[in-house]
Amino acid sequence: MERLTPVEQRAPGRWQIATVAAVKQETPRVKSFRLELPMWMAHLPGQHYDVRLTAPDGYRAQRSYSIASSPLDEGEIELTIDRLEDGEVSPYFHDVVVEGDQVEVRGPFASYFVWRGEAPALLIGGGSGVVPLMAILRHRRRVMPELAMRLVYSVRSAEDVIYADELGDDALLTFTRRPPEDWTGHTGRIDRALIAEADLDGGTAFICGSNPFVEAAADLALAAGFRPERVRTERFGPTG
Amino acid sequence: MSDFVSRAFRGRRRTPEELADRLPPGQYNESGFPVLTAGPTPRIEPDEWGFRIDGMVGQEREWTWDEFHRLPFETVPCDIHCVTKWSKLGTSFGGVSVDTLLEGVEPQGEYAMAFSYGGYTTNLSLADITGGKAWVVTEHEGDPLPREHGGPARLLVPHLYFWKSAKWAAGLRVMDHDEPGFWELNGYHNRGDPWKEERYWSD
Repeated sequence: MERLTPVEQRAPGRWQIATVAAVKQETPRVKSFRLELPMWMAHLPGQHYDVRLTAPDGYRAQRSYSIASSPLDEGEIELTIDRLEDGEVSPYFHDVVVEGDQVEVRGPFASYFVWRGEAPALLIGGGSGVVPLMAILRHRRRVMPELAMRLVYSVRSAEDVIYADELGDDALLTFTRRPPEDWTGHTGRIDRALIAEADLDGGTAFICGSNPFVEAAADLALAAGFRPERVRTERFGPTG
Repeated sequence: MSDFVSRAFRGRRRTPEELADRLPPGQYNESGFPVLTAGPTPRIEPDEWGFRIDGMVGQEREWTWDEFHRLPFETVPCDIHCVTKWSKLGTSFGGVSVDTLLEGVEPQGEYAMAFSYGGYTTNLSLADITGGKAWVVTEHEGDPLPREHGGPARLLVPHLYFWKSAKWAAGLRVMDHDEPGFWELNGYHNRGDPWKEERYWSD
């Protein structure tokens, strides 16, 4: 009998060794890593990958990181990682990983905090909570730029803006501590006025950030008329 | 097992040896109690809270907050393990054993769907929630269970990943077949045993 041609298994979940194709310093404590994957498969914007580090004695550490890139970037994913001082995996990425390095990953995983083309869509991100929202925004710009979508993005200071060179008319920023010197837009925590300025008529809200940020933003979305089942949240655990 | 080694990785958050055997594979020790919820946090006051057992049972049961607190109350010391990789060791909850709640109910199926205020569901086999393995808890470390952690009451099934310990618990529906709940439909493992690292569908 003729042997079948072996085909690559493409199911999510298998560990694979990715190669770091590029590293970008986004802010003083945030870097983006472009990874080339031998068993790449298309993800849904909002999904995450697991990353696993292994020491020579077999000790391992695992964390989950949201994908920042559009699934149209075939063969690669971008992970944007916030450096947590007392962490284990994020300091490794920041202090050790350079272009050409290899890292073990598996994914893409989880299919609730994902964008499947829902519109209008209000994205509310706090700090590095913007990462999975950026995957959504980037994908929408490339496939359906006409869909109503706004990003409301809360950051501390001018230097903390991730993806600064990509934020256009579809993004509304607010600075909670130190805005840029010439800033005339919003300052302070996200509030009713900022949500109203996003000017979206209902739809689905995607909210990501620390737990207190998400609690406050979810309450604002509900007050603005979003139905509870249309408010999807992703809260950071400690992902050091 | 892959023999891949991460260049120049030594590991800087190693768990002390006396705790290491309490950490399932891929987990790390976290002293805080992170919050993970897929949607807005429901607000349920104790006087509007109730817990029911229905579905394929000989006798449905339902308790108000006051009735629930007349049931035998247990303190449950335990370790909890979240699928997002953190574990919290040596914590405790207070509540009523599911064994107690099932007394006189006469379940006629082997499975249950836990359901919550806010619409969350998670599936469990009866074998995983009977025999002193599961509780409905209203206290954490001696204090009322905070709302963000599922207060006024959540399920506690510490031997499975913590998404099985449904927050804002409203009841258990006994079923004669297994059916995936919320996270089980969204990519996570049907059973979720942390010691077998059953995180995702493919595990």
